[in-house]
Amino acid sequence: MNVIATNRDIGDTTVVDISGRITLGEGSALLRTLVRQLLDQGHKFIVLNLADVSYIDSSGIGELVSSFTAAKKEGGELKLLNLTKKVHDLLLITKLFTVFDVHDDEEKAIASFAR
Amino acid sequence: MGRLTQRIEVTLDTLLESVDLAEDITLRVAEIAGFDEEHRYRIGMSVREAVINAYEYGNVHDRTRHIYLVFELLAAELVIHVRDQGRGFRLEDVPDPLAEENLLKTSGRGLFLIRAFMDQLRVVFAPAGGAEVIMSKRLPAPQSSVSAGAGEG
Repeated sequence: MNVIATNRDIGDTTVVDISGRITLGEGSALLRTLVRQLLDQGHKFIVLNLADVSYIDSSGIGELVSSFTAAKKEGGELKLLNLTKKVHDLLLITKLFTVFDVHDDEEKAIASFAR
Repeated sequence: MGRLTQRIEVTLDTLLESVDLAEDITLRVAEIAGFDEEHRYRIGMSVREAVINAYEYGNVHDRTRHIYLVFELLAAELVIHVRDQGRGFRLEDVPDPLAEENLLKTSGRGLFLIRAFMDQLRVVFAPAGGAEVIMSKRLPAPQSSVSAGAGEG
């Protein structure tokens, strides 16, 4: 497995801890399936904890964007937590840092949702 | 002009697995060329993105087509060619992923990342057909083990 994801529910927020590589194929597909499932189940507030994501390619970036817009469409929000330097730099150069709400503190990320 | 020192050619099948394979080979070549970890990551990702383009848009997942990867390790730079068997495209026709209207698009960032990570990027219509992505990176300066002024007397 290139990527592993586990969910934790904290109040009305779901924190998804992801580890590994979010790349074309398995990694992107897993993220897509997981976020769609959460939204289908009525989870509106989602935090993706990327602390252990070692690598992400353009397909993975695209999947983050897709998840972000899917959450918005369902009246929810998706936020990013604990970016590694590589992911941080990728979001900076692709200007997506201005799109995503990025946090480095889980409690603050959870508290920041507009309820 | 750099002197041609080494050339490696790899023919990849149009398979998802070829994307990881191309990146792995590139990381090895970049290590042999003397690049540090950060630059190996950047070069590896650039080739990964070019091979994804070839797989997705050039060869459109057609398993009867191939992706041709060539590394040229010159005296001063590493030049990498990624060629597909598709219709080809012009770099200037690729939408800018940083444009406001494209920011939330889920694709279209691969070539942008190559441009950001490599020193040079060109896309040509290959004589044999298909798009050929040509990228290059200057080699790191050789590390000298002799300190200034401590030459042989």
